Amino acid sequence: MSKDIIAIIRENVIQGRKTQDDIGIDDSLAGTPGVVELTQQALERNISPQGIITEGLTAGMQVVGEKFSTKEYFIPDMLASAEAVGAAMDILKPVLESANVETKGKFAIATVKGDIHDIGKNIVAILLKGAGYEVHDLGTDVPTEQVVEFVREEKPGYLGLSALLTTTMIEMGVVIKALEENKLRSSVKVLVGGAAVSEEFAQEIGADAYCIDAFAAIKVLEGY
Amino acid sequence: MPREGILVDRPYERLTREQVELIHQVSMQILTDPGLISFNREAVDILHGHGAAVESIAGDHQSWQVKIPEQLVLKALDNAPRTVKLGARNPDNTLIMHGDEPRVYFITGSETNIWLDVHFPTYVNKADPTREIRIPEFKPRRGTVDDLCQSAHICEHLEMVDGYIRTVNIQDRDITGDNKDVNKFFASLNNNTKHFMSGLTSLKQLDNVVRMAELIVGGKKALEENPIISFITCLVKSPLQFVDDTTATFIEVCRRGLPVAVSSSPQAGTTAPIKEAGIMAQINAEVLAGITLGQLVKPGTPVLYGSVPVRARMDTLGDSYGSVETSQYNIDCVQMARFYGIPNYSTSGVCDSKIPGQQSSIERLFSDIVVAMSGPQYLHCAFGLLDCNSVFCLLQAVLDDAHFKMIKFFLRQPRIDQPEMEAALKQMRAVVTTPQKLYISYIRPVLRSGEISGIYPFEGSGETDDVFEIAYEQMKDLLARPVEHIDRKITARIFEEIPGLLPRLNVYERGS
Repeated sequence: MSKDIIAIIRENVIQGRKTQDDIGIDDSLAGTPGVVELTQQALERNISPQGIITEGLTAGMQVVGEKFSTKEYFIPDMLASAEAVGAAMDILKPVLESANVETKGKFAIATVKGDIHDIGKNIVAILLKGAGYEVHDLGTDVPTEQVVEFVREEKPGYLGLSALLTTTMIEMGVVIKALEENKLRSSVKVLVGGAAVSEEFAQEIGADAYCIDAFAAIKVLEGY
Repeated sequence: MPREGILVDRPYERLTREQVELIHQVSMQILTDPGLISFNREAVDILHGHGAAVESIAGDHQSWQVKIPEQLVLKALDNAPRTVKLGARNPDNTLIMHGDEPRVYFITGSETNIWLDVHFPTYVNKADPTREIRIPEFKPRRGTVDDLCQSAHICEHLEMVDGYIRTVNIQDRDITGDNKDVNKFFASLNNNTKHFMSGLTSLKQLDNVVRMAELIVGGKKALEENPIISFITCLVKSPLQFVDDTTATFIEVCRRGLPVAVSSSPQAGTTAPIKEAGIMAQINAEVLAGITLGQLVKPGTPVLYGSVPVRARMDTLGDSYGSVETSQYNIDCVQMARFYGIPNYSTSGVCDSKIPGQQSSIERLFSDIVVAMSGPQYLHCAFGLLDCNSVFCLLQAVLDDAHFKMIKFFLRQPRIDQPEMEAALKQMRAVVTTPQKLYISYIRPVLRSGEISGIYPFEGSGETDDVFEIAYEQMKDLLARPVEHIDRKITARIFEEIPGLLPRLNVYERGS
């Protein structure tokens, strides 16, 4: 029975159905419970959260990734699946915490001061959450002090900084410098991205990694 | 169900109503003074028998000055069908063209002598021998019947090709003036289930190719109901001359009641005046003269107003299909055909460029877009043609299919109405309350509905231009896909009854 519901969760992840109201990639599952409802049902049946994550959510996302790489799926499909997984992770989080199960890590993300662009940042946030990271989105136009304070207080293992403009990307360097001055730099891996940013720029400001897109971010994180 | 083509809701027009009427009036004047010179005796007799003034040209008993009165032209225009059906081996590929409806069908054509092969040799960077690059090289050669089979085969699978005009002149050693027509018709029909249009090399073969079509569809009456073949005849040579052999062919095609494009191809600067007013009045007069003759031969003959006007290149005085004026003339002709309510056979996409590349893409896309916007019913010449209509390249045809997909999408009618607006408002009100404020989740319901245009299919992944290589791979994939050949029994009958067919074209006998 537990295998059945996990298989259905996996299928719903592949279809990108967060709730029963979502149609999915086709209408074959229309009207049936989505990932959120199924995850709740699974917990009520005392199915282990690790099993739900490994065989249901992660396995589903793996298929989605494969479909994306073969161009069968597009970014909106990937995001729908990631959102479904993210919602399931929100349900599973208290259970995992009470069982002292470690997540993949805490990831803080922000668009730097002076820049209000957030499409890329939001896509990264959704996909990382779907990939199992605990994502804290600090928003746009975030002052350096606020980023430093968050790192000090919440101790994320990873920090993602985004900027679209050549005029604002220099703020990424300011944030990294502030982290050094506050002796926090070694506690957090800093990933940078955005239209104006490049590999060379990332090295110049002392970032740990440059990510051309959300998928590169996941790949970088998996390497740590 | 016939093919849909694309209905251009508000076609682009260059001419005012007054300009259209002026072109018509001057065309009528041209047909009476100077009239046309006919090198075909039968056309002279037919026209004379219906009131045209005819005069033998002094010192030459092989040509006549024919002056066609306006009333004769107007009556012929009344008799010409407003709707022309072009059938197909697969009935789903039928084309229905209404003269007053700007529904565009994208067709191949015309017949070229040269076939362009492509291969991809590898070049090594002298400064860094570890770096290699593959660059396409094109090799021209004379076309063969096998090439024609390949062309018909691939055009069967190209989604945007609505109908097939043979693209390459077959010049094998065993092809003669007498067997060329039957072999080009069979090669095309056997590898393609869309409508097939062609010219004739020899009038003697007309009945053989018509019989071939009858055998395929199931008889004479069946061919009348489903005319899977039609003809192009350039009976008028600019300026203002009925050519002897093509006029004879035209008359015989009309007698058999099969659809026929009355095509004229004046060249502005040499065989027509260099300025727009002159070439337009002349080509219109030439096409009307052909339509008039056809309707006198057999009233109700389905005709297409065929226009292949072109401007001369100033450096060679050859055709310049890539010139901007060529597109303008074609758009004007579409408007003239619509004025008369007769479906239009128009031209776009032929370029001056000799090979696929930037020049080719720019020239062909420019004319493909603007001429398609004007709403011709039968838009020919577009797929694969290069070097002013003298070269055909399969790779270019594959590239063109993607261009036409974009053009067809572009021509779709806008969907702006109350339900759409209500749905949009609902989305906005929902999205602004979400933390990420993105509409992405609303994409999915329309992602696979055909409402979003696709990514350019030959886009490369790196910083090199991979377009040709990716298109070449698709070309090979399409050639590997089977086509629905004429069935074994009918093929056997065709080979029994029609003389001159090359045995190697019989797929059942060669075991492929």
